[in-house]
Amino acid sequence: MAILVNKDTRVVFQGITGQTGAFHARGCNAYGTKVVAGVTPGRGGEEIDLGARPEKPGDKAPEGGPGVKVPVFNTVKESVEKAGANASCIFVPPPGAADAILEAFDAGIELVICITEGVPVMDMIRVRRVLEQRRAAGEKVRLVGPNCPGVITPGECKIGIMPGHIHKPGNIGVVSRSGTLTYEAVGQLTRLGIGQSTCVGIGGDPVNGTDFIDVLELFAKDEQTKGIILIGEIGGGAEERAAEWIKKNLKKPVAAFIAGASAPPGKRMGHAGAIISGGKGTAEAKFKALEAAGVKISRSPATMAETLATML
Amino acid sequence: MKIHEYQGKQIFAKYGVPIPKGIPAFTVDEADAAAKSLIAETGNQVTVVKAQIHAGGRGKGGGVKVAKTAADAREHAKAILGMQLITPQTGPKGTKVKRLYIEQGLDIARELYLAMLVDRDSRRIAVIASTEGGMEIEKVAEEHPEKILKVLIEPTIGMAGYQARELAFALGLGKAEVPKFVKLLTTAYEAFTKEDMSLLEINPLVVLKNGDVVALDAKINFDDNAEFRHTEWLNLIDEGEEDPVELEAKRTGLSYVSLDGNIGCLVNGAGLAMSTMDVIKLEGAEPANFLDVGGGANEEQVKKAFSMILQSPKVKGIFVNIFGGIMRCDVIANGIVAAAKGLDIKVPIVVRLEGTNVELGKKILSDSGLKITPADTISDGAKKIVAAVKAG
Repeated sequence: MAILVNKDTRVVFQGITGQTGAFHARGCNAYGTKVVAGVTPGRGGEEIDLGARPEKPGDKAPEGGPGVKVPVFNTVKESVEKAGANASCIFVPPPGAADAILEAFDAGIELVICITEGVPVMDMIRVRRVLEQRRAAGEKVRLVGPNCPGVITPGECKIGIMPGHIHKPGNIGVVSRSGTLTYEAVGQLTRLGIGQSTCVGIGGDPVNGTDFIDVLELFAKDEQTKGIILIGEIGGGAEERAAEWIKKNLKKPVAAFIAGASAPPGKRMGHAGAIISGGKGTAEAKFKALEAAGVKISRSPATMAETLATML
Repeated sequence: MKIHEYQGKQIFAKYGVPIPKGIPAFTVDEADAAAKSLIAETGNQVTVVKAQIHAGGRGKGGGVKVAKTAADAREHAKAILGMQLITPQTGPKGTKVKRLYIEQGLDIARELYLAMLVDRDSRRIAVIASTEGGMEIEKVAEEHPEKILKVLIEPTIGMAGYQARELAFALGLGKAEVPKFVKLLTTAYEAFTKEDMSLLEINPLVVLKNGDVVALDAKINFDDNAEFRHTEWLNLIDEGEEDPVELEAKRTGLSYVSLDGNIGCLVNGAGLAMSTMDVIKLEGAEPANFLDVGGGANEEQVKKAFSMILQSPKVKGIFVNIFGGIMRCDVIANGIVAAAKGLDIKVPIVVRLEGTNVELGKKILSDSGLKITPADTISDGAKKIVAAVKAG
């Protein structure tokens, strides 16, 4: 069953004519994801050849086979009406990223995944408010990111920039604030022969659309998911809140790693959200909170999968 | 990005946030002239000479002095300008004072605390206020949490009048002072949002004996992500306050932070870069830097990153840790080879490559003739580099 995305998810790429957008639309298509359209304002009417798509997602794309051609629209609304898109993957550069997210919300897209790094926090505060209002009004819309690698359900659908080939279908859920560190965890799991149900990168920004708890709730209800790896970072209190929630609600085994135990306070470590300020947001405090919630801690990034494996 | 107090106050002035009269000065003569001009303008002999450095706690380190006469101001300026100012936030080495701000003296009745920041838990801008002005706010929060007032601002509405009044009354302001405080709060909030700040701290915010409410300090951080819509920020950067290597890295599009250890790290992705530091520490050594080459670095950027690490005298070993998703391993390998070419590399290098085009990357490295120890996993690589540095 997995969560958020599956073999029926139909994806529109916002910013598909940009270099990065085009590259990753091809990458997702080559994984087997149903990429159905692209949006670039002013480029409507064009068509983009994304190359071959394998019959079964996760398989190698056939070489030399016919390419999948998708239409480019001026608006997201058109991609919903004419191509049946129900998920969006955003590669629009920072000045237009918030607008692109709002457009996807308004077009009725249920899952909006924003890969873009460097969206101003003031923009995200407003976007987040709109998201909360829409959800409070009963809409099912979700935003993952920004500044995230995306979401993958191995063997079914990949939306984002992660290397598909390191994944393996299975029953471990992965949720993470970091991109490459997620690949590290997935690589470790696959090496141990343990597959993944869905891997969700929630992104490294201080204000984002989907929190650890949102994803944990979905994993808790998902029958396919039997265990979870949670990867946090220094800064903010999202891990502590997740720990509280796990303690009260989650019966499935969780292993966790927090990046940045060796980071100095007051310095932004790459991600806008990865900063220890006023003594708050240290790795140690997060380890402690998670441990108190029954989560098994991997002190080293090299033992995330091993740590979970001992709990299965 | 951080700016100086006087630059922050210039922004305040633009939005109508009340500030004392003040003039920046870069030399003792300029400070002297500034003090005289303030005295002439206000009729008050008292001025304040304030060191302009990015770190807080300047008063404690002797960087803020009240001058009773113009001659006093000159003496203070002489003493402060060029001093190595050590505050709780500068670290033991301190920061050299190169700029001053000369401000009019004021008759202060009360000192309050005011700050605005992005509250990550509520995803709103939070306004924090306290009656304990001039104190370290972290300490107040710890010892007297009841003295910290907080309101969250609805982003689609902005600073609401009732919220500003609520704070004003809770701070114990008088009837005549409340509207002045409300105006200050409203204009400061406008400045915060329009100028894309991530932190605005006024400590202290003062109530004068005549009832005016004035921002006596201004500590402002900008949200680096919003740089694209603020070209004026370029003029506000004080390069003397920045780590030269970090500045160079920023210009190259790399994310770099200098640290105190001796193992240089070159990694893709912020989370993996932090974890690489962590695992080096777990192996009993210390990282020399945080360096994220990002997901889309080209050969030139990798070359630049690698030479930056190589040129640091404290680096006794280098650990390259790449999990290539978008980042292709051959690009990394070519960058390393290009950077190392012609240099006499004396420190051990351990490279762990994984992901896209990994075989090609490994081949480029082994064909290059460079003395590189390959590693299979993050822990294998950390163990190898720590052992090599300890042996060397």
